[in-house]
Order: sequence, then C-alpha cells, then structure tokens
Amino acid sequence: MAVIRDVMAAFELFQPTSVADAQKLLEQHGPDVWVLAGGLDSFDWLKDRIKKPKVVVDLSGIGELRGVRTLGNDGGDGIEIGAMTTLTEVVNHPIIKQKYDLLAQAAELVASPQIRNQGTIGGNVSQDTRCWYYRSGWPCYRAGGNICYADAPEGRNREHAILQADRCVAVNPSDSAPALIALDAKFVIRTRKGERVVDAEDYFVGPDIDITRLHILQPGDLLTAIRIPSTWAGAQFYFEKIRDRNVWDFPLMNVASAMVTSGDGSPGDGSARTIDRIRISVNAAAARPLRLKAVEDAVRGKPRNVATGEMAGKLAVQGAVPLQFNTYKIPLMRNLVKRAIVGAGSATEEATWAS
Amino acid sequence: MTDKLKSEAIQNVPQEGVLKSVSRRNFIKGVISSGVAVSSASYLFRASSLLHGQQPAAGVGERLITLNVNGQQRRVDVMKQETLAWTLRYKLGLTGTKLGCDRAECGSCSVLIDDIPHYSCSVLTHTVRGRKVLTIEGLAAEDGTLHPVQQGVIDEQGFQCAFCMPGFIMTAVGFLKTNPNPTRLQLAHGISGNLCRCQDYDKILTALMRGAENMRRSSLG
Repeated sequence: MAVIRDVMAAFELFQPTSVADAQKLLEQHGPDVWVLAGGLDSFDWLKDRIKKPKVVVDLSGIGELRGVRTLGNDGGDGIEIGAMTTLTEVVNHPIIKQKYDLLAQAAELVASPQIRNQGTIGGNVSQDTRCWYYRSGWPCYRAGGNICYADAPEGRNREHAILQADRCVAVNPSDSAPALIALDAKFVIRTRKGERVVDAEDYFVGPDIDITRLHILQPGDLLTAIRIPSTWAGAQFYFEKIRDRNVWDFPLMNVASAMVTSGDGSPGDGSARTIDRIRISVNAAAARPLRLKAVEDAVRGKPRNVATGEMAGKLAVQGAVPLQFNTYKIPLMRNLVKRAIVGAGSATEEATWAS
Repeated sequence: MTDKLKSEAIQNVPQEGVLKSVSRRNFIKGVISSGVAVSSASYLFRASSLLHGQQPAAGVGERLITLNVNGQQRRVDVMKQETLAWTLRYKLGLTGTKLGCDRAECGSCSVLIDDIPHYSCSVLTHTVRGRKVLTIEGLAAEDGTLHPVQQGVIDEQGFQCAFCMPGFIMTAVGFLKTNPNPTRLQLAHGISGNLCRCQDYDKILTALMRGAENMRRSSLG
C-alpha cells in the first residue's frame, strides 16, 4: 500500500442537507463525484491517491437518511433503515434486536467499535473489495486494465473468490449484505428517473455484469434506505463470520440464514423439526454475496438434521473453482452452510457480547 | 552521595533545570500557537510531489470555521480535505491525539465526537461543525484533577511507551458512558479498535478496569 502521511489530495466538498440537494449535486457533477457515507472505505482510496475524485458529496448532514422507521401498523410491514444509519445504531436498535437479530449480529461483527460508530449500513453494503492489488492501484481488470494480478501464477489469493469469478477474482467483504439477503431486504435507490426498489441480492453484481463495481449504482444514483419486510421477523437466525482475528477483521467468509421450522425434535438426538422456509446467503466467496437458492430449494421440507446440513454444504460448493491459495474456502463454505442449517450448538460467542 | 550533595548537584545545574521546565509537549504547542507551524505545514505540503501542482486547483482553499473542542469555541482555517486529526494536531496544537496509521486501523487518534469514539484520522473536519469534540487534553477537570480513567491508568501503570494511550483512554471513556460496569471481556471488546504495539494489552485492560471502577466510585460520591 502506498502510504503517504499527509492530507488527502484536494477536492471540492459539498455537504447537502437533503436528499434532493444531494441528487442535484450528483447530477451536476456526474462521474466526477465521490459519494461519502461514513468514509471509512473512501478515505483509504483518497489518501492513497488511487481514486482521485474532483468532487466529494458528504451525506452525513442529511437527517432524512438516518434512523430506523417502522412500516405499517406497529411495524407490521417491517422496517426501513436509512442508508446513513450507523452500524452501532443498527446493532442497538430494539426492534432490529427483537425481530431481525440476524442483521444486528452481522453488524456487530463488522470491524471495530469506532468503525461501527461511524460506518453506515448503506456504506457497508456499498463498500469496495479488499483485493490488495486493486486497492494498491495496480492496473487490473477492475481498475480498467487487462490482467488479474491475484490470479497470476505468483498471485497472492488466499482471500479471493472460489465462485463466479470472471477475469477478476475479488470478493465482496460486507458482513451485513448476506444478513440482508437472508432477511429478503429491499434496497431503495433514488435515480434520475425516480425511485427504484430492488431485492437485496440484485443490488450486487459480479464481474460478468460489471467488472468495475460491486453494486448496481450508476453515477447519479443514491442508495437511500433498506427495507426489511416482516416476512422473517422472529425467525430462527444463524450468522457466522470466519476471520483471521477475532475482532477487527474482514471476513474470510461469512454465512447468514433465516429459517422457519415446524414439528418437534432437535438435531442432536436424531429427531428433527422440518424446515418449512429458509433463506441462506454466503459472502466473501464471490464478487457478490451469494444467495444459495439451490440449497434453499433442496432443504425445504427436509428434516433439520446433520444429514440435511451435509447435503446442503456439498450442494453449496458445487462448481467452486479454487485458486492457488484459497482451496481451504471450499470445506469452509461447506461447513458454514451446514452449520447455518443445523446450528453450531450455540451461536458464535462474540455475537452475545454487548458492545 | 548524600541527599544534601544530591540537592546541591541539582542546584548547580540551573541551565538544565530551565530546559527541563520546557517540556517537549509545551515546546511543540508553543511553536504551533506562535504560527511557526503554519509555515512548517506548508513546508510539508511542498515536500509532497503528489500534492505539488495541485495547490491552485479548486477546493484547496481553507475556510475559517468554528469548532467546539474541549468545551471551547476554536476558530480555525480548515481545508476541504482536512481530517480532524490533522486539524487537532497541526492547527490547534492538541498533540495529545496521536497519528499512527492514518488509515482507521490503529486507534491512536481516537477522540470523542458527541461522546462517541471516532478515529479522528478518518473524519473530515468540516463534518464536525456544530458537534462536540473531546480530546485527551479536555479530559481532566479544570482544576487539574485527572479523569478517573486517567487516574486508573496512572495507578496501574498500564502502558509501556504510551503512544497509543490517549486513543485507548478516549475510547474507554466513550465506551464506559454506554456501559459503566463492564466485564473484562466486554471492555476488551469495547477497546478492540485500538492497537498497542508494545503488546501491553493485559496491563492496559487492568488499568482501564481500574478506571471504570474509579468512574463508578466518583459518580457515587
């Protein structure tokens, strides 16, 4: 990483106080604009001079982008989280904790307390990849060049993709993204043509669609809110994040599932409840958080036991192509998917810590 | 050497005594407030070939804004791209806030903004207008009584080189506002965004736990 210990390169800074003003600024300056949310991903790019925007639009002064609202009577239709709501606010929100705890668990495992205090939910799902070749300014595919350094013979690719790679092998590092996919969240985007609402899994794109970005936002677009329907409120949730250190690290892989079961029994003693409904998502395995639809279809109606979990794990990694240093990600993903269905005995220890 | 001789020896080096009374910290602060730092800062900019040539571009200009730092209204010229850590250290002379990585990784620049710990290296100064910034310099009471967490750190001698100390203390103070009675594990989690290169974590935790205890006691008394 190019480490330059001084201030960032100069840019023009705008601090709008309404979404309408922000949109006008984005339209006015087009592709020159850098949209600043919490800034924790952004400042790396700007300090290292890898990205050199002329104009920065800071969203932190827009009150309407912040906070959690209930939808419908008493939150009967779910909740809407403003894109600039901080991760700490998400973690501590009583309704999210009570009904959509999957998201609280995921958000609590993001980075460090200071980063959660400043980093936003919109920024967390829109952050760029951690591939160090790309972040160091190497002219790779993602940066508009015609080579992938991570996938070259000498490339270091322990953290990279095992699925859906297409020239670029970078992965999406978001922890909240798979939780939002499992909760069937909808992303609200303001575009020039008006408001557009997309399913969480459709917000993200792989290199086959667009190799230069991880999400569908085009210049001028603004992610304003994330809606979580009540469909999965209070379901059984599982979130697990694997990383090199227990705190303050990006995921090597993470998994999120939401499940509704019926009947009696427990996975331990051979009897089992039946899986009625399930959504499951894995991130840091590909350039986009993957919704494992084939797994969902295969386990629906099956007993929630070890055999089903193992079958799901094998199915999840079908078609995986490891690189030189990330073969471990295949058994890792197999086991995570299994645990997301059967449970790991108890939830991750960290998730129960108060922050 | 007897005690008497010792004291004579000390008295016999008045020059050294004078020098000692000017601490490094106060010297730096003096330099900054006297305006020398402004020229040294522009010297730094000139030294960077990457910044050189960008100076005339739009947006480089500083703007005079008012910041609430440690309970005082401070008027300061701030560039659009300037981080809070930079402003605090090089414009306001508050060098207690350290710059370690400058990449939101090490936590030594941690300050409280509206009571919440932030990495000041990763906050644009223009975004804290109208908000309350608290640095390590503003933690002690006006009469000089140390904050209970600072006292805990001294009592337990929690740090080795202590470069990371202001960041740890500010983060702990912010965390303890939300959880005044944490377990050791919870406090460890609360300060997990701060790194200590001396690997002194065990003693740091002991010291900050003592600080938490001091805080609870002082709020009771």
